[in-house]
Amino acid sequence: MGFELNFDSSSIKSDTKNLEENVMYDVLIIGGGPAGLNSALYATRNGLKTGIIAEKYGGQVLDTSSVENYLGYESIPGEDLVGAFRKHVEKYEIPIKKDSRVEKVQKNDNRFYLSMSDGIELKSKTLIVATGSKPRKLNVPGEEEFSGKGVAYCAICDAPLFQGKDVVVAGGGNSAVEATIDIAKIANKVYLVQRSVLRAEKALVDKLETLDNIEIHLGTQVKEIYGEKLVKGIKVYSKEENKEFNIKADGIFVEIGYVPNSKPFKDLVKTLPNGEIEIDCSCNTSLPGLFAAGDVTTVPYKQISISSGEGAKAALSANAYINKLK
Amino acid sequence: MALLNDEIRTNLQEVFGKMKKEVTIAVFTKENGCETCKDTLDFMKEIEEVGEKIKLEEYDMEKDSKKAEELKVEMTPSIVLLDSEGKDQGIKFYGIPAGHEINSLITGLIEVSGAGEEIPSALKERIAKIKSPVDIKVFVTLGCPHCPGAVAKAHKLALENPNINAQMIEAQTFSELSDKYNVSGVPKIVINEEHDLVGNQPIEKFLETIESI
Repeated sequence: MGFELNFDSSSIKSDTKNLEENVMYDVLIIGGGPAGLNSALYATRNGLKTGIIAEKYGGQVLDTSSVENYLGYESIPGEDLVGAFRKHVEKYEIPIKKDSRVEKVQKNDNRFYLSMSDGIELKSKTLIVATGSKPRKLNVPGEEEFSGKGVAYCAICDAPLFQGKDVVVAGGGNSAVEATIDIAKIANKVYLVQRSVLRAEKALVDKLETLDNIEIHLGTQVKEIYGEKLVKGIKVYSKEENKEFNIKADGIFVEIGYVPNSKPFKDLVKTLPNGEIEIDCSCNTSLPGLFAAGDVTTVPYKQISISSGEGAKAALSANAYINKLK
Repeated sequence: MALLNDEIRTNLQEVFGKMKKEVTIAVFTKENGCETCKDTLDFMKEIEEVGEKIKLEEYDMEKDSKKAEELKVEMTPSIVLLDSEGKDQGIKFYGIPAGHEINSLITGLIEVSGAGEEIPSALKERIAKIKSPVDIKVFVTLGCPHCPGAVAKAHKLALENPNINAQMIEAQTFSELSDKYNVSGVPKIVINEEHDLVGNQPIEKFLETIESI
């Protein structure tokens, strides 16, 4: 068990201003990941009265043990990268509302009105939705029942609980392969189960292939998660061999992609059936004044560098829109 | 083994500068069969050095069994935060609050010192209405970035209402307890032994669960 401290520098600034109910903001940014934080930076530097609403201040990058494809950083813990983002944004003393969720949004007379989960009401001339996404579920029997009882969605959080045990990782993208590499350091054996082929970067797959306690099942679909009080294993179907079999395991990490967090905005803007908010190349949505950026949108490729760039674009578009309002 | 480096020490000095009143860190250790006791005590000594308003009290689980009983300490290593009058606020840490958990410890110290964040009045009223004893266990791992959020909320509830006690429990250190409560995902919140929540839940969710009991 490593004790190395992960000090969260934002606690120094916990006297950052909170959002105020009676203020009309130029732009309220919903989301505290790379897209939200970069849009906050651009908005405030353009002189806009800016506020951030962050249910998870830092976003999904916090769950990434190591980022190796963000320009300027050869390898950096996700948390440290987020720390650098936050430090930069906090220099501008932008008010932030943490740990709070948007329940309802209304637009009247070119103004947006937000009802928050803690009962607070906020208002703004524009909104930037950068709410990101959450892990996609397998939707198989047993997943719900054993959630937190062996079914896990955060490898860096829960891997230590599987020391010396057998674990399945479901998925084949970068997150799944990264999780497999991380868990293999702790677990007895890791089974990587993917319904099609591996889609992870070559650099990661190469690393995976150097490990000796993993077993890869491609073309294999998870059918069911079984157990008693806790997970005991999974039932899978192999297309190639056209047969079902069981893999005995104490846990399964689900890393099969993400679902956009667009629910509070679905009635306001056009979304695709998969939940993504449709945007044009300037981050405009179907509703004037409401912009969207990052993983919650139709932008292809969910990457940290892409989301932060999209955030900048959304802020500049919001600025142009406000200038026209005047 | 020093855990604090110069950078963290400087940062902590700034954070602890916000503390209003004195806070006592009561550390309970035992001589044998406690792998992380020494590290925990050493770590708390480092913390005491950095914080002007932080005082350390060292207790031995066996020799000071009366104190352990008074503060309802059941396992080692453990940390109880006491306010400026030496009063127990229902805030405990079982296991070393290192890794990400340093953030729970910092929040706890700031809160107990009286410099904590205000919560909306509607929530305050709901918390005040809780009349029967509530015990909240929050199982964590040190590598879990969401866990300090859950611990801080449980501790905040304890601070707001004397009927509520809240403990951080490091799942690897207390693996038998983790097995007993079927912890295989963190943060796992166990309220009054039988009501489970998984994940960094909003404070409203804690309250809903407590109110449903």
